[in-house]
Amino acid sequence: MDPKSWIRAKARISPYEAIFWIAAAVIPFVFFENYLSLAASVAVTALFCISLDMILGYAGIISLGHAAFFGIGAYTAGILSARGWGEPISGLLLAAAVTAAVGYIVSFMIVRVQHLALLMITLGLSFLLAELAISFDQFTGGSDGLQGIDTWKLLGIWKFSLWGHTAYAYALATLFVLFLLARRIVHSPFGLTLEAIRENPVRTTALGAPNHAHLRKIFTIAAAFAGVAGALLAQISETVSPEALGFQRSAEIAVMLILGGTGRLYGAILGAIIFMIARDQISGFYLQYWYFWIGLILILVVLFLPRGILGGLERLARLGRRA
Amino acid sequence: MSTLIAVLFDGFSYGMLLFLLSVGLSVTLGLMNFTNLAHGAFAMLGGYVTYALVESAGWPFLATLPLAFLATALIAAVFEAVLFRRIYKSGELNQVLLTIGVVFASYAVAAFFFGTVHHSVDLPDYLKGFVEIGDLKLPAYRIFLVIVALAVTAGLILFLEFTRFGAMVRAAVDNDKVAGGLGLNINAIFALTFALGSGLAGLGGALAIDILFIDPNFGFHILVPVLIVVSIGGLGSIWGSFLAAAALGIFDVAGKFLFPDFGPFLIYLFMVVILFFRPNGFFARR
Amino acid sequence: MKKTVTALLTAAATLLCGAAFAQETVKIGVINAYSGQFADPGAQLDAGITLYMQQHGDTVAGKKIEIIRKDVGGIAPDVAKRLAEELIVRDKVDILAGALLTPNALAMGDVSAEAEKFMVVMNATTPVIITKSPYMIRTSATASQINGNFGTWIANQGVKQVYTMVTDYGPGIGSGTAFEEAFKAAGGEIVGQDRTPVVNPDFSPFVQRVAEADPEALYVWVPGGTQPPALAKALAERGITPENTKIYGQGELTDDAALEALGETALGIITAYHYNVHRDDAMNDEFVEAYRAANDGRDPDIYSIGAYDGMAAIYKALEATGGDASGEALINAAKGMTWDSPRGPIGIDAETGDVVQTIWIREVQMVDGKPANVIIDQVENAK
Repeated sequence: MDPKSWIRAKARISPYEAIFWIAAAVIPFVFFENYLSLAASVAVTALFCISLDMILGYAGIISLGHAAFFGIGAYTAGILSARGWGEPISGLLLAAAVTAAVGYIVSFMIVRVQHLALLMITLGLSFLLAELAISFDQFTGGSDGLQGIDTWKLLGIWKFSLWGHTAYAYALATLFVLFLLARRIVHSPFGLTLEAIRENPVRTTALGAPNHAHLRKIFTIAAAFAGVAGALLAQISETVSPEALGFQRSAEIAVMLILGGTGRLYGAILGAIIFMIARDQISGFYLQYWYFWIGLILILVVLFLPRGILGGLERLARLGRRA
Repeated sequence: MSTLIAVLFDGFSYGMLLFLLSVGLSVTLGLMNFTNLAHGAFAMLGGYVTYALVESAGWPFLATLPLAFLATALIAAVFEAVLFRRIYKSGELNQVLLTIGVVFASYAVAAFFFGTVHHSVDLPDYLKGFVEIGDLKLPAYRIFLVIVALAVTAGLILFLEFTRFGAMVRAAVDNDKVAGGLGLNINAIFALTFALGSGLAGLGGALAIDILFIDPNFGFHILVPVLIVVSIGGLGSIWGSFLAAAALGIFDVAGKFLFPDFGPFLIYLFMVVILFFRPNGFFARR
Repeated sequence: MKKTVTALLTAAATLLCGAAFAQETVKIGVINAYSGQFADPGAQLDAGITLYMQQHGDTVAGKKIEIIRKDVGGIAPDVAKRLAEELIVRDKVDILAGALLTPNALAMGDVSAEAEKFMVVMNATTPVIITKSPYMIRTSATASQINGNFGTWIANQGVKQVYTMVTDYGPGIGSGTAFEEAFKAAGGEIVGQDRTPVVNPDFSPFVQRVAEADPEALYVWVPGGTQPPALAKALAERGITPENTKIYGQGELTDDAALEALGETALGIITAYHYNVHRDDAMNDEFVEAYRAANDGRDPDIYSIGAYDGMAAIYKALEATGGDASGEALINAAKGMTWDSPRGPIGIDAETGDVVQTIWIREVQMVDGKPANVIIDQVENAK
């Protein structure tokens, strides 16, 4: 098989994928109408998770502060709306543009460092931004959170209500469009080069690939994705607080991504679905001690399912085929 | 003038606390490249050991300190043997996630046994209040803290410079492959060093109770300043950690005294800038 | 076959009963921090709810009261908003309650307004919250209620100059501003202002600034928890005591943990508060005793009393409406209501829905050889 048709075969949409997306569009509306707010929040988180997967799963950049971009997107869309322009889609586009710009600048620092320094710089940047968000309270509402966000009707037709119909449709549609884009990126020659850089940066340099330029590009794209996710949340919940930039959010999506499996996009989505639903169900009655179970699950996943649930399933399937 | 000295002293003593809390992580990170975010959870353990002994068993505060060290070292050794050893080779991300998992679980366990409320301990009278030197008023407890930290630093340096085990640790930090090739048992050295480092964190946690208090979030709260000290000081360097901790403490306290409105913003900014230009910190051994 | 029929019948009967039962239930959705940094005040708040229901039963006006608890995990207005929506859409709650933290309370207020559901703020004290929904009441206190009245009181004592030091976030700034405005309006002067970070209990640099300025009086506001004893120690360790600088603050400053840490150096600190655990009062004694019995000997605090009175307000409003749990009926019943609480006389303002109560002015004095908060004055019907 020549390389071009190999890439094309890899990128072909399988029937399972079609079933998944149709199910995602139909099942919540028909069977779980009371859960649409949760479903919308899952879709937003899945998008954020995909963003982390692009840099972590595909390019191998470990970030403990990815929520920085989520937060910038959330504040961008939120401030735009609070200042009188509540049209949702243009809010998303502006958030994407702003976070991409910030991501591009930050990417120059990111590609220079590794290991602990990388963890600390990503962590430090998100703390720094959270401090800024608290300090500039005339723009951000400070630690009480931004007030006065009013999201206009979607396309001038559908109102965002507490039932969450519009919110879920909007979040899912955005997730779907950006998922297709992400899928196209990671299955392109560029995406394959990223995986090669992740596995062996010395060899890709020897082969003539501009490692740093590639990493900067994907970091910028991922930042924009995270920004759109943040903007979605700000528009749907009509609130943003400095916690949008916080460490907890960065840590949680890393947990979800690992749970689902890195480097396969669907792992990000699956991880978000499982984590969010589990938390919703557990925190209803466990409340205080659910951190224990999260900790335990993390430890077990790292020890026994290092490639996540999807990775584990893949291995099972392969074993099954061989048997 | 006396105010200036008082401010510098406050900062220095806070820095010494950070040093005790972080020196163990610096050595283990430098030695084995094991990113242990659960270090703060071990510090919390030491704090709770002291709290439990003082409040429930009626021990005097000073007598609990060695036990906070030993108990933490012992439990850390168990964790090392059962959990951490398995993931030394499986990449930074897995280490970060597994150890964060330990911190999450430690939060719930601490909340279960000691409640969500913060605890403090009753200090002996000679550690309360302030000591007057001329017109200078220095808090008695912080003087004690500085003395302990300096003693630990001296002990640690003597231990590493002048004992056989210290020489092995230095060899392993500098180049574990060559050291292993020369017949040193790297795994055993690491297990012992890990226990020692975590024990120091436990001691730091016990000493921190009077300044930071102890509650189930301690493992999270202390993590960020500890990581800042380690990353700026440089992995595996005791002097680096010492200087970074002292500088961070003084910078933090003096910064708030002089520019109270800037808050912790400056700390993060400086950390990012320093790491950008010196990704391995100031005194990295490798 | 017979078994199947019986099983089916039982199932049907259960369903029917369930449906009939559901009509007789009033559901209260409590959004509170049960984990994370604010888990401790969250636990105290929850204990207040539980104790009230233990003492007063779970039936009011023929309706069964059901509590549905949701963990928001800390400051997370987006989560609070979603949980509030889910409580209404999914769990069909009639009343929203809890609201430990201001950002979360603001987000919940939007939902209460949109869904037209009664909402009880049991803790968050930022004044603006109450304007978020016409169906909202508050049973804790407002930052301005305590500190505004306190500022006037201090100026009336002849104090001319105050240095203020407050925590750098909503409640702290709100309290500080209310204090400063009232104090200046009564002829006082603010000689210095500092804001301390929310999460950094090392107060030494700020206390050094105060020592350097050497003001006539110091006013401080810090959140309850680890900060009061830490600040109290920092002050004492640097020789700032009421002997040389008058110290004022909101009641948290001299809670029991802080008094224990301070010992005699606390004598003379004056604080204002809406709840005084050790106030000698039959109703309060009974409340404190029952609370201790239910919570391993722990004392109630402002979170507990806010929730306890929040439940009292809900019960009383439901009695007044005869069990009608619609937002409109409950808010109309609740506004203008007054009752006796362990904290003293309490009421709901007929216009705003905000709490009206007595603010107690306390001074730390020696009682039976131990420092304690002794009430020296009071501001009645404070708004």
